[in-house]
Formats: sequence, structure tokens, C-alpha cells
Amino acid sequence: MRSDLAKKLSTLREAGTIVLLLAVVLAAWTKDHHFLEAKNLNSILLWIPLLAVVGMGQMLVILTRGIDVSVGSTMGLAGIIVGMLFRDHAGLNVFVGAGIGLAIGAVLGAFNGGLIAWLKIPPIIATLGTLSAYRGLVFIVSKGDQVASNDIPDALVNWTMNGPIKVGGVTVSWLLVWAVVASIITAYLLKQTRTGRDIFSIGSNPDAAMLRGIPVRKVTFIVYTICGAFAGLAGVLYASRYGFVNPGSAGTGFELIVIAAVVIGGTNVFGGSGTVPGVLLGCLLLGTINVALAVLGIDETWQKLVYGLVILVALILDSGVKKWLGKLSEVGS
Amino acid sequence: MNRKGFKIRPEMVPAILLVFGFIAGAMESKYFLDPKYLLDSSTQYVETGLLALAMTFVIVSGNIDLSVASMTVLVACVTAKLMESGWATPSACAVAIGLGVILGAINGFLISKAKLPSFVVTLATMAVYRGIAQVLLGPNSAKVNAGFAGLDTQYLPGHVPIPLVIFLVTALILGVLLHRTLFGRWVFSIGTNETASFYSGIPAAKVKLGVFALSGLMAAAAALLMDSRLGVARFDHANGLELDAITAVLLGGASINGGRGSILGTVLALFLVAVLRIGMGVANVKAEYQLVVIGSLLVIAVLSGNFVERLSSARKPSAAK
Repeated sequence: MRSDLAKKLSTLREAGTIVLLLAVVLAAWTKDHHFLEAKNLNSILLWIPLLAVVGMGQMLVILTRGIDVSVGSTMGLAGIIVGMLFRDHAGLNVFVGAGIGLAIGAVLGAFNGGLIAWLKIPPIIATLGTLSAYRGLVFIVSKGDQVASNDIPDALVNWTMNGPIKVGGVTVSWLLVWAVVASIITAYLLKQTRTGRDIFSIGSNPDAAMLRGIPVRKVTFIVYTICGAFAGLAGVLYASRYGFVNPGSAGTGFELIVIAAVVIGGTNVFGGSGTVPGVLLGCLLLGTINVALAVLGIDETWQKLVYGLVILVALILDSGVKKWLGKLSEVGS
Repeated sequence: MNRKGFKIRPEMVPAILLVFGFIAGAMESKYFLDPKYLLDSSTQYVETGLLALAMTFVIVSGNIDLSVASMTVLVACVTAKLMESGWATPSACAVAIGLGVILGAINGFLISKAKLPSFVVTLATMAVYRGIAQVLLGPNSAKVNAGFAGLDTQYLPGHVPIPLVIFLVTALILGVLLHRTLFGRWVFSIGTNETASFYSGIPAAKVKLGVFALSGLMAAAAALLMDSRLGVARFDHANGLELDAITAVLLGGASINGGRGSILGTVLALFLVAVLRIGMGVANVKAEYQLVVIGSLLVIAVLSGNFVERLSSARKPSAAK
């Protein structure tokens, strides 16, 4: 019964996201019949990867009833350090760079994980603190200088410009391949490993998980470390996508967009339920909204309001659907 | 409470740190201990202070309000916009107060009625409220009425700035509300155990609504002081104030899990945060280093709070887990 309910809930929520997506596409298409052309599709496809990579980690965190608002600063710190390495060591291999970004992110995430799992600091407080602290470190490490576009190697920019599949002007970039890899790893972790099962158990009922002998602290620590690692990788992808890394703007406010994508994608903020395809749908929806806003002539000043509203809508949908299903099952039984 | 008659007061940590902060500040710069300078500098922390006073209620009730700075900036922008379009000061201020309470009540409604976690709701409204301010003013700034500006440069005898007086009076009133009234008892009660409170007949949903509305009210008060101090409003003002406010409350000995905290602790911790910021300012510590210090302080605050909690529960044999 219980899992039946959860399943019903998640299919309903994903259907809701798809309806929202179609509504946005339809609105933009009515305004401009060229909306679905290659140029806009490419913008949407380029918008998704960063969001999806960070979103996978954020989903794992939210599944355990946690939250990580420091991901934007983690992205910025990993991005600026790897950017400076590229600047100072011209021949550095881009994959080594990505690996370093991942490692830096993992360390920062592990720090969050340590504060939360062992020192018992609530996730929102711990990561709010490191949101500031990591951003401060970005300025300290870079001395306020940005990594300029001519310091980013061509091989890295190539990840954005080219990709394995090109159909009629639409490019599936290498960035998107990174996102797919991150999604597959996350899906495998959740579906095929014991840690994945533990993540769901902790989110569904932390006390029961502890009593059942699940290593709650260890799993929590791992989850934040993975979240940080993905954010660190995204920092390097950011350098590829935008061609420069500015200490003030790289990743600033990105946590909000990521959390919006994850919760509109059906991940429950109370933990314990959420899927990789759902989050990918959420990323697609936010990417489409972003490009549609420009088409609809709504300028950038609206962005913050829109992302905030998306989170609110998702929350209200969740609580509404839950109540409705609760009533249904009461009638049924 | 305690068999040995000795209780570790939560206010002790900020009180001790405050003394250290003063000593460090005085060693860093000879200008630091100038009372006129300290009093003048204090006015810019009054806004954070008002937010922190209300945040004490929110945190004691077991919740968090991340949207305080956004409520402040939205109210500040709306008020300045109204004044610019010809509204008189008193009516604009009345709208500001009403708007603040409504914004806070929206948070409270979503949290108490829709039963959503406060950190997600206020994370969303943090974006929504500042987003509305951004849409309202865009990149422009709105000017306040000439007579309304400059409250921070007016003094009571003895060089005491008016905003500081407003803060201290508010702290006194809210201190009585939290520690001496039934409402205050209820706030502590739902922060300690919401389910138990509900079953003992406490209107938990209404209390939560009230707590978040109070947070909106204080944000409106902070907005008016900020408008008056700066003379203009912009959507990107009051950035990150929620972090300072939360830091002050936790540093003041409140438990992030709810049920413990005091207005006196928050006031002491606010002075500590102000002294640190002013001290770092006169010592020319860069803004980015200040970010790291305040962020770390927040973490240390929670850690020391947990430590104190563990110490005092270790002294009570019955509280063994």
C-alpha cells in the first residue's frame, strides 16, 4: 500500500512536470513560431548540463531530507582554481582539469558532510555557513581577478561547441554527455547499490534507519561528498560553457535554480522519494522556461522571481497531491 | 533544573566572546574604543538587529526564516516607490508595516497550514520577494521623502543615535513577549515538542503563523530604518542580512533544534557581530575575508551550542540517551 502510494505520487508528479513543460513550450510557440528551431533548441540543450550535473548531487541530498545551498559557491571555488591551473600551466589536459575540479568539490562536500553527519549541524545552517565561507575563499584564492577567456584552453571550450551527435543544426554537446554520465552514475547508485537503498531509508524515516542498523552518518557523509564532487565538476563545465570564470558571478545564486529543478522534478522535500528521470525533466523544464522567457520578451529581472515561484509551485503541488492521495486511500480502505 | 544549582546559561558564550572581541578590537586600532565612533557605527547594525530579534522567536519555535532580508528589501522598495509617487510619509509607512506582516504571514501560512518545512518555503520566498522588488524597480533606485531620510543622524542627549534607542526598546518589548507571556511559553513549547504541544491544546498552527508574521513586521521596521538611513531603495540592498541575523541568534545561545534561546543572548551576540564587523572594518579586513569569518562564526555558534547542550544534559542523569 505504502509503496503503491509513493509510486502513484511520483508518476502523477512527473506527469504534472510534463504538462507544465508543454504549457511553456506552447506559450512560447504561440508568441513566436520559430521557438522550436535549432538556435533555441541548442540554447536549451546547453542550459541543461550544468543544472543536471549539480542537480543529481542535490537530489541525493534532498532524498536524505537534507539540503545543500553551498553548491553554487563550491562550483565557483572549483571553477576558479581549475581555471587558474589552466592559466598557469598551459599544457594541462582538460580531463585532468575536470578530475581536479571533481576532487576539490569532493573535499568541500566532505567538509559539509562532516559538519552535518558527525557534528550534528542541521544541513541548512551548515551549508549556509559554507555558502559564505567558500565564496569568500573564491575571492581570496583568485585575489579578485577573473580567469579570462584566452586562458581557457580550446579543448575545454570544445566541450560546449562540439559533440558526438549533430542533427540538422542541433548539437548534442560533450557537456550534455557529462550530464548523462552523471545521471547514469546516480541512477546506478540509487537502484543497484546498498548505499542507494540506505539513502531512501534515511529519507523516509531517519530514526527507523538508525534502529535498523543503517550507517546513517556514513551514508550522509557520502551523499554530501558526492554532491560536492558533482558541483566541483560543474565548476569546470562552467568554465567550458561561459569561456571565463569570474569570482563574483561563477555559480552565484545557482543553488536556487538547482533546488528549483530538483523539487519541480518531483523530489520530495521531506526526503525518501525522487527519481533521476524526474530531475532531468525538471532541468529540461527550467532550461525551456529560461529560453522561453527571452522569446516572450520577459527580461532578466524576472528570473529570480520565476525560479522562486517554480519552487513554491512544486511545494504546493506536492502538498496538494499528497493530501488528495491520502483522501483517496482513506476512501479505498 | 539542575541538582548542583549551577546552570550553564546560553548567554555566557556571547558574553565571554564579546569581551574578547573588545580587547582584540582595541588592540587592533586606537580608533576602535572611541565611544562616539562605536555609537555611530552601531546604527547600521540596527536593521540586522531587528531581524535577529524576530528570528529568535522563529528559531526558538523550531523553524527558520531565510526570507527576512528579502522581505526587508521588498518593503523598502515598495515604500520608497510610494513616496516617490507622492505618498505622504505616514501613509507610506503604514502600508510598509501592513505589507511586512502580510509577507511574513504568507510564509507562516505555507508552513503551518500546508505543513511544509520552513527552510524550503522561506528559501523559495527569499527568491520570490527579492524577485518582486527587482521587477518593481529594475536597476533603478527610488528616493524617499526628504523629511523621512536621515533618522540615523539624529541623537538623544549623550550622542545616542535614535535607531539604537528603537532597537533597545524593541528588544525590551520582545524580551517580555518571549519570556514573560503565554504566547512566549507557547513558542518555547512548540519548539521543544510540537506534537506534544498540539495534544496539550496549544494552537500550534496559530502560534507559528504569529511568529512568522512577527518576523515580517520586524522586517518592515528594518526596511523603514534602512530607507531612512540610505535615502534610496534598491532591489540589491540588504543582501545577506539573513546570515548575520541567524548567526547572531545561534551565537546568542539559541538551539537550532528549537526550544532554547533568549532575547538577551541575541542582543549580546548582535553586539558581538557588530563589534567584529566594526573591528574588521577599522583593521581594513577585506569584505571577502569578513564573509569567511562570519560564515565560520555561524558554524562555531552551532557547535558551541551543541556542546553546551551536551554538557548540561550530561549533568542530568535522567536525560541520558
